Amino acid sequence: MRAPRGVRERNTVIAGVGKSQTGRRLQRAPIELVLEACLAAVSDAGLALGDIDGLVHVPGGPGIAELQDVLSFDLAWHGSIAGGPAQLSAVMQASMAVSSGLCRHVLVYHHVATRGAGPPGPPRAAGGDQWLLPFRAATPMHWNALRGARFLHEANVSREQLGAIVLNARRNAAANPAAVYTEPLTMEDYLAARVISTPITLLDCDVPVDGCTAFVVSHADYAPDAPQPAVQLHAFGAALSTRLRWTEWDDVTDVMDEVAAQLWSRSVVGPDDVDVAALYDGFSFHTAMWIQALGFCERGEVGAFLEGGERIARTGSLPLHTDGGQLSGGRLHGFGHLAEACWQLRGDLGERQVEGAEVAVVTNGASPIAGAMVLTRRR
Amino acid sequence: MTGARTLPAPDELSRPFWTAGELGVLRIQRCGECRRFQHPPLVRCRACGSDDLTWEEVSGRATVYSFTVNHQQWHPDVTGPYTVAIVELDEQPGLLLTSELVDVEPDDVRIGMAVAVEFLQVDDVWLPLFHHAPAPSP
Repeated sequence: MRAPRGVRERNTVIAGVGKSQTGRRLQRAPIELVLEACLAAVSDAGLALGDIDGLVHVPGGPGIAELQDVLSFDLAWHGSIAGGPAQLSAVMQASMAVSSGLCRHVLVYHHVATRGAGPPGPPRAAGGDQWLLPFRAATPMHWNALRGARFLHEANVSREQLGAIVLNARRNAAANPAAVYTEPLTMEDYLAARVISTPITLLDCDVPVDGCTAFVVSHADYAPDAPQPAVQLHAFGAALSTRLRWTEWDDVTDVMDEVAAQLWSRSVVGPDDVDVAALYDGFSFHTAMWIQALGFCERGEVGAFLEGGERIARTGSLPLHTDGGQLSGGRLHGFGHLAEACWQLRGDLGERQVEGAEVAVVTNGASPIAGAMVLTRRR
Repeated sequence: MTGARTLPAPDELSRPFWTAGELGVLRIQRCGECRRFQHPPLVRCRACGSDDLTWEEVSGRATVYSFTVNHQQWHPDVTGPYTVAIVELDEQPGLLLTSELVDVEPDDVRIGMAVAVEFLQVDDVWLPLFHHAPAPSP
């Protein structure tokens, strides 16, 4: 891992947060949701569209061209970020564009969709797919299942301990009007859930939704003029020195471990200072892997850490997924986690507010595609 | 057994892997310099950077390193549970190969279980699959 060379992300803040309507099969045009989130973020930042001089998104929904057609930005830079240390790398790129001086206010957005079964795949699997699809490791769900099964085996995490993450998310979702699933869930429900592909049951999966999340990343010197308390981007973790492969690795938490180490090496805060956490939960075990990688517990101790769920409750030592996460709130590919972290640090979340939250950690993806951020409340 | 299976498209690098089964053997790419095996095949050795790479026959014996038992009918041709496994080949610690287990009850699969290769030929490719095979007593 490379030593930090100057932490320029700290020259940047999140000045605006916007989220569209989010839900299962909304039957709304994707561009409508994108506009809803983007206009909300710009307005939240106290800016006009003419102030936005950078635009970047994660491919998948409406792109730069569609947005430019309707909003006519005057841009110094734009980008479409596929790959990288998970979807939030678009936010990292926005911060880099600002700290380089290329832009002052970058609008970042990511649109996600509830998808049904896709079109039939190609008749033959080429490139990297040839090592997976012929063995009916057909989807990223299967690849994640193989990683998760090995992690749960090595860390000796029980179903009940893993279930604590799922139940906690559901409990917190009840305080979030935008969450998809809010009805109470018991451990019995969790243990009886339909198996998709071991160790994944239906309740270990995040909830596919339609929606869009957007942020305005600005230079820190804008913070005093922002109508909302600007959230400080404190440090990024985006390292990669091991293999970027789904089913071949030297260590099951490889990339997450190095991303976490880099994150803390760039931070003036550490795991003990974290007030609120939004750790990626595409599948429940991703969160368990992050808890260990970030050093909230010793290696191999994450099962005991999760036991009973008290530590990760809103009132616990590591308040986790305060909005219900992706497991109950909806799969916004980490952008929802970042929005919740910003709102927590602003301190105006009402019932689900973690009292006095000053430091948040947000992670995105899981080995082998993983990134992380620390955010702080500006004083 | 073949339901919903997408066959590989062998390329210059991978063809020896997908066709070795015709002779009933599993072949893995190996570095002529440092003698490390690697999978999937690459144009250079991951360990030493050498491009002196050859294909070598291995025993086909392995242990289950991780697995997932799929129960989801994600395609009309998926007709029952099946087990995808990452196996660790006996030849080298950490030499992982993703495959599918056959002739083993999903409930009986365990990490660490000894397995051996067999081949499923479909058209021009031989897919290495693995069955339970207790290690021979020493």
